[in-house]
Amino acid sequence: MALLEVNDLHVRFNTDDGVVHAVRGVSFEVEQGKTLGIVGESGSGKSVATQTITGLTRGARIEGTAMFEGIDLLAATPEELRSVRGVKIGMIFQDPLTSLHPAYKVGWQIEEMIRAHQDEGRKKARARAVELLSLVGIPNAKTRVDDYPHQFSGGMRQRVMIAMAMALNPALLIADEPTTALDVTVQAQVLDVMRKVQEEFGTAIVLITHDLGVIAEMADDVIVMYAGRVMEKAPRRDLFYANHHPYTEGLLASLPQRNSSGGRLLPIKGSPPSMINPPQGCPFAPRCPYVFNRCVEETPALVPVFRREDHLSACFLSGHQAEREQGKEQMRVALLEEAQLESARLESAKLEGIA
Amino acid sequence: MLKFLIRRVLTGALVLWIISMLVFALFFAVPNNVARQMAGHNATPTTIKLINQRLGLDQPLWEQYGKFIWNALHGDLGEDYYYQLPVTHVIAEALPITLSVVVGASIIWLLLGVSSGVLSAVRPRSFIDRLVTVLALFFYSVPSFVLGLTLLFVFYYKLTIAGFAIFPAGGYKPLSDGLNQWFFHMILPWITLAMISAATYTRLTRGSMLEVLGEDYIKTARAKGISERRVIYRHGLRSALTPVVTQFGIDVATLIGGAVITETVFSLPGVGYQSIKAIRNQDLPLILGVVLVASVAVVVANILVDLLYAVLDPRVRLS
Repeated sequence: MALLEVNDLHVRFNTDDGVVHAVRGVSFEVEQGKTLGIVGESGSGKSVATQTITGLTRGARIEGTAMFEGIDLLAATPEELRSVRGVKIGMIFQDPLTSLHPAYKVGWQIEEMIRAHQDEGRKKARARAVELLSLVGIPNAKTRVDDYPHQFSGGMRQRVMIAMAMALNPALLIADEPTTALDVTVQAQVLDVMRKVQEEFGTAIVLITHDLGVIAEMADDVIVMYAGRVMEKAPRRDLFYANHHPYTEGLLASLPQRNSSGGRLLPIKGSPPSMINPPQGCPFAPRCPYVFNRCVEETPALVPVFRREDHLSACFLSGHQAEREQGKEQMRVALLEEAQLESARLESAKLEGIA
Repeated sequence: MLKFLIRRVLTGALVLWIISMLVFALFFAVPNNVARQMAGHNATPTTIKLINQRLGLDQPLWEQYGKFIWNALHGDLGEDYYYQLPVTHVIAEALPITLSVVVGASIIWLLLGVSSGVLSAVRPRSFIDRLVTVLALFFYSVPSFVLGLTLLFVFYYKLTIAGFAIFPAGGYKPLSDGLNQWFFHMILPWITLAMISAATYTRLTRGSMLEVLGEDYIKTARAKGISERRVIYRHGLRSALTPVVTQFGIDVATLIGGAVITETVFSLPGVGYQSIKAIRNQDLPLILGVVLVASVAVVVANILVDLLYAVLDPRVRLS
């Protein structure tokens, strides 16, 4: 049985502009000791989905189930949730600069976490804090426990966050864009720390990111989210080399290529739909290069593709990417022509300016 | 730290010096005739001259000021024009009264304002939030003399007529007359002053608290699984207090310079009452004395607020 099993999760918010249906029927599992990557652009519902599971979304209407070690987190009382948060599910967030309380020493913040759940003396909690800080690679942990967050760099603060999240040896670590606010070199270090911690404690990780590079490095399984839905779910290798959904394809195509020097980036045209009263049909249809009538009329379900149980996609298209190559080529040509036209226009405007 | 204190005390002294000069200059810049006012309409020029001589008003301005400063540095603020009482003595009598009013009231308004603000911020847009907002707006808008007189009408007049003589009409009883006496003379002025100021603190705390509760580190605190109570007070309020402390410093300091209207309504001869009297009588030494008390209060409060800042927020370094 999986450690965490989320089934048909819906999250709605009432706002002045209408009901925002941020998460629309999301299901996923996290296996013990494995890493699940959740990718998607801003507003795709990836953070809301995971924060809802731990009871951190406020003022939302929630449906679905989230079974974790035999209890349904979505039906749990606030007290039950409190005993899960921190103890069994640790969390780290995007911006380490603002995620630690500026007025308290980092050691105190870790001790607070330990002492909130375990009947331990200050001394023991403090010793554990020092131990954790050195585990995540903070030099001179013994003296650094008495420093305030502003005395640490961004990467170091994220290490402190990891140390705090791991303080009670949780079974699951939810990392919500843990590297987004960091330099690339620091990113790699923080990911290393996470991997080290995972090996040490056998923790399962839910890694939320919009960075496919991070996914490639860390995830065992990946789900791709778009407009509050899961578009594709696959083992990491398949996602990169044998993906099915046009959105996944678009995400990968929009990555900068190392070998195409000086080329333009290929963006996915258009922007994500509004989460208030979304139109019928596939949410990606307006931006999809392969769109056909059925896509607009009904919403595709997440179903197994390529005759594989572990690879799901919410798309009516059948078959492999190769069959779609033609369409994709047309799309690429169109984009290139547009880009050339644009530069020609700029050129002539410049010439006119000179004349 | 010590360097910070020394610098702040020195700049404070400079401020006091400039203020004393300004008051002095202002007093002689506006048309006044102290001697004529004291002696009445039928006074002979000789009488006027004698009065001016006695008060030292016939001497050149710089000499008068020099004398004032010299004496002030030796702890002597001169005598008031009418009763020849040392100004320091008048202030020593008035200050405890004002302090009684202000300290008591400030404790009440701080507790009331901060707790209602937190209550409001924890459940924004709820019934309790709206109720608190309406009440705060109401007391914010009521002039203090209206509230003071209303309290007197209900708690002194009506209650006394009904046979419960619990609250006095006003006046001051020092603590040496017994805690009970002092307390019952103070309670209505306290409520008057506190209710009106509390409104500001409710709004301030609510706004500041709402902002802080949206911070990432509050999410972290919740993610740690600590109790919601602890999240709100230990993590939220701790940060939300900074603007409250600033406002509190300014308010208390200003009021030590005289809670003029409250003191008048409840016939309390505090600093505010003395300052009104001094201005009406064109009593320069007393005016200077009262202004200096107010200025010292503001300067000291500012230093205290800055020190508190460093305690509340470790990112603040005193230098």
